[in-house]
Amino acid sequence: MLFELRDVSLTRGGRPVLDSIGVEIHSGATAIVGPSGSGKSTLLRLLNRLADPDTGTISYRDRPLSEWDPLQLRREVSLVPQLPALLEGTVESNLRYAAGLAGKELDARRCLGHAGLDSRFAERDVSKLSVGEQQRAMLARALAQEPAVLLLDEPTSALDHDARDAIEATLARLRTEIDISLIVVSHDPEQARRLADRAVRLKAGRVAACGPLAEALT
Amino acid sequence: MSTSIDVSLGQVAASLALVALAAGISFWRRTDLERDIVVATVRSFVQLTAIGYAIKLIFEADTIWLVVALLSVMVLFGALTARSRAKKVPGAFWPLLIGLAIAAASTLGLVVALGIFEATPRYLVPVGGMMIGNAMTASAVALNRLGDEVSGSRAAIEATLALGATAREASAPFVRRALRSGTIALIDSTKTTGLIFFPGTMVGMLLAGAEPADAVRLQLILLYALLGSTAIAALVATGLAYRNFFTPAQQLREPGA
Repeated sequence: MLFELRDVSLTRGGRPVLDSIGVEIHSGATAIVGPSGSGKSTLLRLLNRLADPDTGTISYRDRPLSEWDPLQLRREVSLVPQLPALLEGTVESNLRYAAGLAGKELDARRCLGHAGLDSRFAERDVSKLSVGEQQRAMLARALAQEPAVLLLDEPTSALDHDARDAIEATLARLRTEIDISLIVVSHDPEQARRLADRAVRLKAGRVAACGPLAEALT
Repeated sequence: MSTSIDVSLGQVAASLALVALAAGISFWRRTDLERDIVVATVRSFVQLTAIGYAIKLIFEADTIWLVVALLSVMVLFGALTARSRAKKVPGAFWPLLIGLAIAAASTLGLVVALGIFEATPRYLVPVGGMMIGNAMTASAVALNRLGDEVSGSRAAIEATLALGATAREASAPFVRRALRSGTIALIDSTKTTGLIFFPGTMVGMLLAGAEPADAVRLQLILLYALLGSTAIAALVATGLAYRNFFTPAQQLREPGA
């Protein structure tokens, strides 16, 4: 088991965002689905300790997150945010930065290839990329750390249909090419069916259903 | 370099004609600043008169401890004033206080150690006041910019934290820009000094009858010392203040938390 959440609650501005969440997330591909404001992105941020719950415990590989060094955890459980936010410079400088943080040797061609980008993108200035290309560069940057788990927050929400299909194809191919688990936040149950084996369905900050797709999304 | 000049209260009163002119322009162009002009005029008169008597007492007492006490009060009020310009920075007071204190102590210590000024109240009080005043402005501008940068770049900072970067690494570009903002104004004015404007010390000395060469040399010393003190204050204030945006677990705090 990758993650285990027990009785996790979080309040922001006096409003409960997550309410007594109890769920297990296994290796493979898991989708977190639900309508806007249901707590999906917040739940994802808890998994690599960009935030902590008010109450409850979260464990990663049977060890409470509070016992993990947050920096080490984030290099192993890498999060790609909803909107691209690259550092100034080239795509390669971003990849090199991420690889350096994780203490990995950078193979830019391999990372770009996994993210569906041509190796010539390495020298491109990030400010000159389209949103779709930036999103792929974000994915490549995360992969440069060789993470065990990739957390993807609405990876296609800012993209048109063609770019969305391309990213989905990239993610599907990624799972066959490298040993990595994906946890994907999506508001679209159909996308969850295309990308994941299991799902956690949230509604108003609570778990409405979880398990294999057939059970969780009906 | 010792000079003296007699200025009567009548001459000060006469200069109020320029204040009346400023208030008249404000009234005429409806900028609604008349009240602020009056408040600024009264406050400057009261504050400068009070500090004038305080300095006179300190000069006459000729003890270093009164100098330290006066400069400490100036550092305290400087930090409180600068804090009001850095509202987006949580806990800005202590970084500002420490920054101003280190800037004042190190630059004054250096100019005394290098034999530029004697360690007497006549030098330490005015020079220290200038250092603290300029350091306050620089650190206030730097922290104001830091607050704007962090609040406007939360997504970018979190994206970098999400890769396992430390708070220091994730905020480095924004701290750098804030530091630059805090120090660039004095650097620019130093570049243009003598060409576009005459700095206050030099003007004061010339009016008091000093030799131009003496006035220039003293002004240069003060400008160079000011460059050091503003850089130190902005560096220390930003270097301490950025930490307040983050939790010990290297998480970006929620705004207002």
